[in-house]
Formats: sequence, structure tokens, C-alpha cells
Amino acid sequence: MTTPSDIVRLKQMAAELRCKIVAMMRPGKAHHFGGSLSAADLVTALYFYKMRYDPKNPAWPERDRFIMSKGHSVPAQYAALALCGVLSPDELPSLKCLNSRLQGHPAMHLTPGLEGCTGALGEGLSYANGMALAGRILGRRFRVYCLIGDGEQQEGQIWESAMTAARHRLGSVVAIIDRNRLKGMDAADSSKPMEPMTERWASFGWAVRRIDGHDMAAICDALDWTDTNPEQPSAIIADTVKGKGISFMEGQPSFHNSSVSEEKHRAAMAEASAALARMEAV
Amino acid sequence: MTTSKETRLAYGEALRELGKERREVVVLDSDLYKSTHTALFRDAFPERFIDIGISEADMASTAAGMAACGLIPFCNSFAIFVTGMCYIPIRTQIAYPSLPVRLVGSSSGLTQGPDGASHQSLEDLALMRGLPNMAVISPADDLETRQAVFALADWPGPAYLRLGRYPVPRLFGDDYRFVVGKAARLRPGREVVLIATGHMVSKSLEAAELLARDGLDAGVIGMATIKPLDETAVREAAQAAALVVTVEEHSIIGGLGSAVAECVAEMSSAAPLLRLGVRDRFGESGLADELLEKHGLQPGGIRASVLQGITRLGKGKK
Repeated sequence: MTTPSDIVRLKQMAAELRCKIVAMMRPGKAHHFGGSLSAADLVTALYFYKMRYDPKNPAWPERDRFIMSKGHSVPAQYAALALCGVLSPDELPSLKCLNSRLQGHPAMHLTPGLEGCTGALGEGLSYANGMALAGRILGRRFRVYCLIGDGEQQEGQIWESAMTAARHRLGSVVAIIDRNRLKGMDAADSSKPMEPMTERWASFGWAVRRIDGHDMAAICDALDWTDTNPEQPSAIIADTVKGKGISFMEGQPSFHNSSVSEEKHRAAMAEASAALARMEAV
Repeated sequence: MTTSKETRLAYGEALRELGKERREVVVLDSDLYKSTHTALFRDAFPERFIDIGISEADMASTAAGMAACGLIPFCNSFAIFVTGMCYIPIRTQIAYPSLPVRLVGSSSGLTQGPDGASHQSLEDLALMRGLPNMAVISPADDLETRQAVFALADWPGPAYLRLGRYPVPRLFGDDYRFVVGKAARLRPGREVVLIATGHMVSKSLEAAELLARDGLDAGVIGMATIKPLDETAVREAAQAAALVVTVEEHSIIGGLGSAVAECVAEMSSAAPLLRLGVRDRFGESGLADELLEKHGLQPGGIRASVLQGITRLGKGKK
């Protein structure tokens, strides 16, 4: 359950997360702006509202797990880990630099706070299922949240894992689909039809809810709703905007993975900072 | 020789035994548990067994998630599927973070037999050997298989265990202790050294007998661990012998022959190397023994290749 003041606080944190994402994506190198920004509100709600997670003890065996299956959006997770103190904010600008712990795609053995390696798309939900099955075998009560790209569902393994979660009644598994409607080159639906998404997940045996993935109250409410499905995995289909928060990036496939000039970067920083200032004034 | 046994059955029995001792051992299979013999584990420990269905990639990734939570998963399918169908999950989610998942390839090599090329694994060693952090193990008999299963329970990183459905005689004595990365010197011999793995160890021992009748002193090394390779054993053989011969039920590209070639290529002086195996071809339907015969991997074929090799390549011998 959230209060109105919770929502204000979480929106401020999401604005701060976006500032950190843009700040770490330095000019001169290609970065995955679009998917990191579309996922920012979802990642904020997970780390700062929903998950049982102790930043002082990121190896706590009972912690809830978050798997960034759309691994290219890991900067959003790096930003969250920096905001909660698992990573130092000073480390963020080393993103994708030689010898950095902050790899272009998640490397759990290098970066504190990461729970798995992803990057090749389609694999994260199976991994989340494995964690949930392990939790069951080990008698632990943690939950596993897995963020999946909408285009990522074109990988067949997603549907293999969807069937596995339903077969084993993995009520502790929550799949969140970042439905930002764009993949690397084009509209997500341009090469394979992605709808009806709700009906697809439901037909695979999942409890499904579709929400506005930038409405913080709706996100928190949906995450709470997943607790009410103990015998069934839950899917939240979150309609989002790729590049959300930076107007010249919004809805543009070219900002899936691209470098920006110093000037554009300054403009993006200014917009993200202004949004944060507006939120802090609330 | 004692009664013959398939290594896949020895594995199933050992796994069940390991399951009694180690509560963190879990087993995943992809609809082949009666063939892989993980049904033995399933019947003993149903709560730690998952038949994931016909979805090998899902199996590998699921196992990775389980390993990240402290379990030791053994993933099972036919050798070519457990390596080939899930290569990218193995690479990204298991090998890269070095999680202790065991990939177990059953019915490996040509001796998978009548099912033909789609089911025969002649490239699986190459696929797994190329991955950083991955140990690659191909035991020769039931006893070595059993010991490999127990050794893998304590191996810190990921591993690929290659097994067969071809009966092999007991080759090792009860005092044998398999150690990951250590070769077994099974037969002394200085003129030719046969370095063999898997089913080809017993075939090579038989070939060495035939060669002895030809007056050629041939030794045999069982190389159960293809990675990390026992380079000391390889160097020792390549320094002393007139010819080194690798024998494997796998393509000569990327498996044992390649591993040994890479090792001897970096020696200042080494015996010439002859690689026996499948010569860059796909398999086909046939009985196991027919296929081994066709590819020159029965004792007679190995003998003939060695005799030709010693004439062509051997350093001032015969």
C-alpha cells in the first residue's frame, strides 16, 4: 500500500534516477538511452518501494531478487544501486569504460548488487524461475522480479520459461514487460506481432495486469497485486515510452543505442535536472 | 576384463548416490530421463528433480538461477543438445559468471548410432572447450564416471561431463582416484603414445595390444579432462615418443586432438602428432560399431592409422 506522500517521494527518486542515467551516459560512446529511460519508473518502484532489500547487506539470502533480462537497460539498475548505496555514485561515469565494473551488459561477478548475467536476450525469465525454484527447495520466501523488453518476447525462450513458471506455480515470480513499442531498429511489432499481449500471457497460465508504466501509483499498486497470486506467476505489462523524460529521445528508435554530442548531452541533462527540480518543489 | 557398462548408467547411479550425501544437488532433465538415467535420481529425490520439458535453453538458464542461489544443478540431455541448443545461455549465464552448473551430455559421439547426424555429437567438446571457466570431462569407464560425478560436486566452476551409451569394460583399478585436470597413464610405452578420451580409451588399449604384436611399443594415456588439459602429461609424451596419437569420438577439430596440438605446437621440440577422430564430417545412421569401424575408430582401424603414421611421421622409427 502506498500513501500520496510515498508516490511523491518515488516520483522524486525516479527523476533522480533519470538524472543519473543521463549523467553516466557520457558523450563519445554509444549508450542505451531509450530502454533505460523507459524502465526508470519500474526500476524505481522495485528498489525503493517493493523489494525486500537491504543495501547494507546485498548478499542477504532472503532478499528479493531483480533480474534485468533486457540487459542493455542495466544503467537504470546501476543508477538504482547507486541511489541506495550499493554502488558509489562516483563510479557511474565509468559505465562501459575499460576496466570498469559497470559493463555494458550485466556482469554479476563484477558488479555488487547484480543478481545475474544477461545481455543475450530471452534468458532472464528462465533464470528468475531457477531462483524461485531454488527458493522453494531451500525454504526461503524471497520473490523474483524480472524486467523483460517487449521486443525481447520475440525470443522463443521467453515462452519456454513462461510455461515453466506456470507449470511449477511459481507465485514468487513476477515478469514485468517494458512495452515501449520499439526494438533496436524499428517498431517492436514490425517484424513479429506482439499483441494481444495480455491474452498471450494469460493463455500461458499467468495472472496479468496491464498498466501505464510511468504512473507510479499504478506501478506500486500492480506490484502489490502480484502478492495476491501465490499459486500463479504474475505478469505486469507496462505501457511505456522509449526514452521517457528526454523529449528529443522519446519514441525515437535511433536512441535505442546511440551516442550523443556534448551539446545534446547538456540539453538532456538540463531536461532531466529540471524535471527533478520540479519534483523536489512538490 | 569385467562386465561392460555404459557410462550414462554409471552416471545415473552415481548421481543418486551423490544426492544422498549432498542436499544442494538438484537435477534437471529435458524429457530424456529414462535415457540419461536421471530417473534414478528422480525416484529417490523427486523434490530435487525437474523435468523441464523439451526446452534445453530454458533448462540451462533455470539451472544458472538455481546455482546463483547456492544449489549445484546437473543439467541433462543428449550431448549435442545440452551443448548446442543452449550454447548462449551456457556462455552468458553460466560460464561468464562461473556458476557451478554441471552440463551432462549423454549419448555422445558417433555411438549414439541409428538416430543419425542430428543426434550425434561430434562438435560438443569444441563448443564447451572454447568457453572460459568451463571444465570439460570425458570419462572412460564406469568407475571413472562415478569418480568424476563426485569430483564435480566440489568443483568450483562450471563443467561439461560427456557420457556415452556404448558399453565399455572396467579399465581402472579400485585404487584409482580421478582428479580434474590429471591424466591417467594406463599403459607404458615409449615408441608411440596414444592419448585417448571417453570410449576411445578402451579401444586404444586394445589397439596398443595389436601394435605390440606388430613389435611397436605403444603406451596409452587416458585423458578424461580435456580442459584444463594435463599439459605435463602431454609434454612428457611428446618429448619421449616418436609419435603422439590422439584418439577421440569427436571431430578432430576443436576437441582432444586440437587441445593436444595446441600444447605441442608451443614446445621447442616435440614428436609429430596424428589426430584420430571424425575428419570434419557429419555422422550418419548406423550401428555404433559400424560407425566406429567406418571412421577408423575400432582397435584395428586405430592400429592401421598408427602404423601408417609412424611410417609417414615417426621420428626415425620403423
